[in-house]
Amino acid sequence: MSDTTIRTAERIELLVADTSEGAQELKRREATSKDELGRELGSVLRIDGLTLDPNSIDFERNDDETMIINMGPSHPSTHGVLRIMLELDGEFVLRSKTVIGYLHTGMEKTGEALSYVQGGTNVTRMDYLSPVINELSYSMAVEKLLGIEVPERATWIRMMMSELNRISSHLVWMATNGMDVGSTSMMIYGLRERELVLAFFEKTAGLRMNLNYVRPGGVAADLPDGWQDDIQVICDTIYARTFEYDTLLTGQPIFRQRMIGVAPISAEEALALGVTGPLLRSTGVAWDLRRTMPYLAYDKVDFDVIVGTYGDNFDRYAIRLNEIRESIRIVRQCLEMMPSGDYRSQDPKVTPPPRARINESMEALIHHFKLFTEGFHVPAGEVYSAVESPRGELGCYIVSDGGPKPYRIHVRAPSFVNLQAVPLLMRGGSVSDTITVISTVDPVMGEVDR
Amino acid sequence: MISLSAAAPTDVITSEAMATDVACFPSTSQYFKLVESFKNDGFEMCVDLCGVDYLEHFDRALPEGVVATRYEVVVNLLSLSKKQRVRIRVQAGNDHAEVDSLFSLYPGTEAMEREAFDFFGILFTGHPELTRILMPEDWEGHPLRKDYGIGKVPVQFKHAPGPR
Amino acid sequence: MALEDLQHNFLTGQIEDLVRWARRASVWPASFGLACCAIEMMAAGAADFDLSRFGMEVFRNSPRQADLMIVAGRVSQKMAPVLRQVYDQMMEPKWVISMGVCASSGGMFNNYAIVQGVDQIVPVDVYAPGCPPSPETLMHAILTLHEQIRTGEIMKRRAEGRPTHIEESNNLWTPEVPVAVRIGTPK
Repeated sequence: MSDTTIRTAERIELLVADTSEGAQELKRREATSKDELGRELGSVLRIDGLTLDPNSIDFERNDDETMIINMGPSHPSTHGVLRIMLELDGEFVLRSKTVIGYLHTGMEKTGEALSYVQGGTNVTRMDYLSPVINELSYSMAVEKLLGIEVPERATWIRMMMSELNRISSHLVWMATNGMDVGSTSMMIYGLRERELVLAFFEKTAGLRMNLNYVRPGGVAADLPDGWQDDIQVICDTIYARTFEYDTLLTGQPIFRQRMIGVAPISAEEALALGVTGPLLRSTGVAWDLRRTMPYLAYDKVDFDVIVGTYGDNFDRYAIRLNEIRESIRIVRQCLEMMPSGDYRSQDPKVTPPPRARINESMEALIHHFKLFTEGFHVPAGEVYSAVESPRGELGCYIVSDGGPKPYRIHVRAPSFVNLQAVPLLMRGGSVSDTITVISTVDPVMGEVDR
Repeated sequence: MISLSAAAPTDVITSEAMATDVACFPSTSQYFKLVESFKNDGFEMCVDLCGVDYLEHFDRALPEGVVATRYEVVVNLLSLSKKQRVRIRVQAGNDHAEVDSLFSLYPGTEAMEREAFDFFGILFTGHPELTRILMPEDWEGHPLRKDYGIGKVPVQFKHAPGPR
Repeated sequence: MALEDLQHNFLTGQIEDLVRWARRASVWPASFGLACCAIEMMAAGAADFDLSRFGMEVFRNSPRQADLMIVAGRVSQKMAPVLRQVYDQMMEPKWVISMGVCASSGGMFNNYAIVQGVDQIVPVDVYAPGCPPSPETLMHAILTLHEQIRTGEIMKRRAEGRPTHIEESNNLWTPEVPVAVRIGTPK
């Protein structure tokens, strides 16, 4: 890396050496152990009752007949820096292996150096398409350790912002998926709708993305005046536009041919691989944490869990499109049922006092100083708290040693685990299907690599 | 409330006071059998597997009979049918931490175990290919260990020259 | 803006002005979106903050066809050689915008995993701060770059190797641009 001279063709060995990831890559068959070969071939062999036809797994292929190519970290599929190595037989994929780590930021190590209030800024940048939901899982974990109660209005505000975030994340997914399949107008439509939601976020939290809004104890600021009208406009507009997407994509023959029947996955394989979210629901398993292990106020609102049948690309697309509609339903109910009250916990040990009181009260000043320089202390213990992000189960495991900073923070990223299904999904498909497969698995590399 | 099935090793210590879910504390030899018994009992999904480095905290609160070591492997299992979670904390060892791999039970732990190896150096016997996953291949050291510094670069403000 | 150039250059201008106009009116970015900033870059290319009015809506996937590399996002140690490789594949003249604080200086991640500023790897022309910079900030950075290309400041600096500063160009026709658009380090 210190050698900054221009690389030319004669120095190709330097080029290869610089960017080679050695043992993390897909190696020739002779150099791969049998278990790993089976895994790259996409066989999830270890379930009772799932027998594999030995003829369909071509252990006996020769290394000369196939070609290993690299879909490098910089590639046309707009899903971030994911590197996939493919072993091809002509146009068809036999083995594949994902190489990740190109966006590794050391967030878990950084989290140990930041206090609990600052931790939200760190966690929010992991899954950068749904920042509020990241912060929510982190804040819920911290609140469980602290043992404090969040006021009702804060809970409902959190729920509404989470659902708005889910809408914006699914809209980005619709946009990038449309782009990957070839429809550039879908890209523009998706991002155009998302601007409505982002404008509301900017009005409430000050920032469009990576808002440090949900904090332990509640939310950072109350909803702005006139928010009901903004939410009404958002809901009505986006709901009407989802039917336009149906006209553009769902019924369209080219789209259907590219998505129906491509890359199916079965429920047993999905459960064995730890897959959650729309990828699991497309196989028919109705597992949505908002319904099965409710948190916030999800048991008080009415919504459906969308489930697919065949586990193919089209099911995943349809699930995400309908989840936008369900989220709009939830947001409308939040609009009607939003309680009044505090937007954050009144516990002085956790929440800083209002700024005006610092001038009047010595105690308020001391609390403010302590909370922002040192931070609040969290009792020793460990907790795992999970929420349903647009990609699956997003969990936060925090170990506290009684100090103002977490001792260990580990985020269970849904995309990290869902990517393990990629060799299984890609097997047997053509190279053009690999793009749609990555697209429908919907990895966000920020949370994969953390 | 969770009851271990009959197939679980008999002397695994469990505690409900430790955490918000029930936590089990098997030894390294009981670990694989315990997870297998949970799997047969209806815990279909292994949700999370991570490592923790307790370098300075040998006096942390643990139930009676559990010997604290430096490294710990924490596994979270989820049962969709029973809507329940259970957490398993196994003390992995001090210098050469090594536990069994859960790959043959839950293939989804493949990437998570590689991550624990990459960050802590914990070895998993039976894993198909235990290599680094997030750090570059030739990286030395295991970054999330407590004796590995965060690598901060001191910020300098100096007279900025023009570009290039 | 383009039409005025056209009239002057066709009647009285030098070939250089024509070339500079062509270069800045159709800068094609190479898609190098890494993290959160990439989403804001996509939003800048979408309907509400249209980059197409500057001729930049085509994000070329092949670096050989691109002029501008917008490094959008945090560059990790594993990604650094790849970044350099993509930069090397671009044809001259090429420019780099470092978008966001992570690309400019490492941002909030001052640790072992992130390269503290992408200018340690590739030469950067314009830095756009923000976490993430709003699409308007990105457009401001792009317009600054266009301005530098238009006045030829970039090429002069590259040729002579001296630090940038605001200078009077020999071209008598220099429209009044707001001070904010013209950048330069203080002398």
